[in-house]
Amino acid sequence: MRGLYFIAFKSILIKEITRFTRIWVQTLLPPAITMTLYFLIFGNLVGSRIGDMGGVSYMEFIAPGLIMMSVITNSYSNVASSFFSAKFQRNLEEILVAPVPHWVLIAGYVAGGVARGLLVGLIVTLVAMFFVDFQPQHPLLVIVTVFLTSMLFALGGLINAVFARSFDDISIIPTFVLTPLTYLGGVFYSLSLLPDFWLNVSKLNPVVYMINVFRFGFLGFADISVSMSLGIIGVFCIGLWGLAYYLVSRGIGLRT
Amino acid sequence: MTTSLALKLDNLKKTYKGGVEAVKGIDLAVEQGDFFALLGPNGAGKSTTIGIISSLVHKTGGKVEVFGFDLDRQLEHAKLCIGLVPQEFNFNQFETPLQIVVNQAGYYGVPRAEAFIRAEKYLKQLDLWEKRNAAARQLSGGMKRRLMIARALMHNPRLLILDEPTAGVDIELRRSMWEFLQQINAEGVTIILTTHYLEEAEMLCRNIGIIDKGILVECTSMKALLSKLDRETFVLDLEQPVSSLPHLGDIDGRLIDATTLEVDVAKAQGLNAVFNALTEQNIEVLSMRNKTNRLEELFVTLVENAKGGKA
Repeated sequence: MRGLYFIAFKSILIKEITRFTRIWVQTLLPPAITMTLYFLIFGNLVGSRIGDMGGVSYMEFIAPGLIMMSVITNSYSNVASSFFSAKFQRNLEEILVAPVPHWVLIAGYVAGGVARGLLVGLIVTLVAMFFVDFQPQHPLLVIVTVFLTSMLFALGGLINAVFARSFDDISIIPTFVLTPLTYLGGVFYSLSLLPDFWLNVSKLNPVVYMINVFRFGFLGFADISVSMSLGIIGVFCIGLWGLAYYLVSRGIGLRT
Repeated sequence: MTTSLALKLDNLKKTYKGGVEAVKGIDLAVEQGDFFALLGPNGAGKSTTIGIISSLVHKTGGKVEVFGFDLDRQLEHAKLCIGLVPQEFNFNQFETPLQIVVNQAGYYGVPRAEAFIRAEKYLKQLDLWEKRNAAARQLSGGMKRRLMIARALMHNPRLLILDEPTAGVDIELRRSMWEFLQQINAEGVTIILTTHYLEEAEMLCRNIGIIDKGILVECTSMKALLSKLDRETFVLDLEQPVSSLPHLGDIDGRLIDATTLEVDVAKAQGLNAVFNALTEQNIEVLSMRNKTNRLEELFVTLVENAKGGKA
């Protein structure tokens, strides 16, 4: 059965990659345009008046956060919309009637979300290189962090889609939870600028740790311990995987 | 795993949240190689039963075995044996037929190169090859039905379950689909078919089960079932108009209009009695046909009996 599982996983992944590349105008182009605007407005126009932050130019400071922001939103929305559409149009039944174990189904969809997240991350990095001349200080850490973060939010998107009953339900979490957490996650500012109270509040935000360790990978400095950040990302990944597996294996929202 | 049965249901039960009992303890056995019809009125429990067999619906009781594989203990082996053609179009409308069938083969572990070979075979057999790269939403209703059959066959299932596969399909296409299904069955694939076209079941199937309100009210061979029919209605077109109902002896008849006569003939009476009576009165018959499908009459009788608690 191992051969079957691998082929099934590959089939789901190919289906997912085909889907988001077919609609590249909706999936790959917008983040490139949005991030170009961020770099122009926040990095260039506003940033030139702010000066240095954390010992580097403001443009350089926000670049890792902006890359991570696009990875997070794209990984999440890819799985949320694809899995919910498959559930809504009932073509998820193609997989549910097949001998595909639940973990392969989850892995296939999450891998699709990670593929889009990483591709968008790469596009935004290329855009950033027009504005900033930077070399990752710890390339392996950058790769591990972006991969784990993408996986974490792809799992979040899948869980959202399992519970969703309408297309509105898959836009509520990104709008009211994901966007505030990302904006307050230290993309545009260093946590060292915050008063103690708000610094402690910020530490409850998991996105803070992802941006923190990612920025460390690029620039070589961090507001919070890197090992603790990686540990927290890992714990979230394991927890969300467990929850996704429980929901899918129980057939919640999928089987009657 | 040696068994002569393709499908075995033991005391199968399903109660939905809210207390609706869709399936109330069905026992059913379908032999390997059979072409089996599962009939019943809307809401009888057919689709729920198929949903349980294909693991889309959780059963609340009983046991399902597919070629001897227990659905509770050997789910993946059982799933490998089944090909499902659901009632509703449930493929991604934005994908192409080629993508749909090749991906489906992948979910069953068929390597991609082999999947493309099979895709060509089935899409050609079902007359969809020319449309292989068109978006599925652009296909006609009949093409979409055939696409679902092609998709279900991609992993070479031993049991093909079709839930109303010819609904909304024109007669020409329906007949070509019948031929295709007969061919697949002749190659050894066991087929279970639900349909509202009782003529379809009579023409294709060797055995039949009738479900009503979650209960199997009849399960027998098509031949044995049809032999239960003791009365048939025929419509006779007369050459010359008649002004009143001709004398037909013991046979019940009605004059529909001046040249159309309807007669109810019991199996023991035979049609000769009708023709003899009409010939004696110099009435010539131009043509004759069954008023209703024979199976349809039986179906209505069985379901009516079940409602009256006689089943």
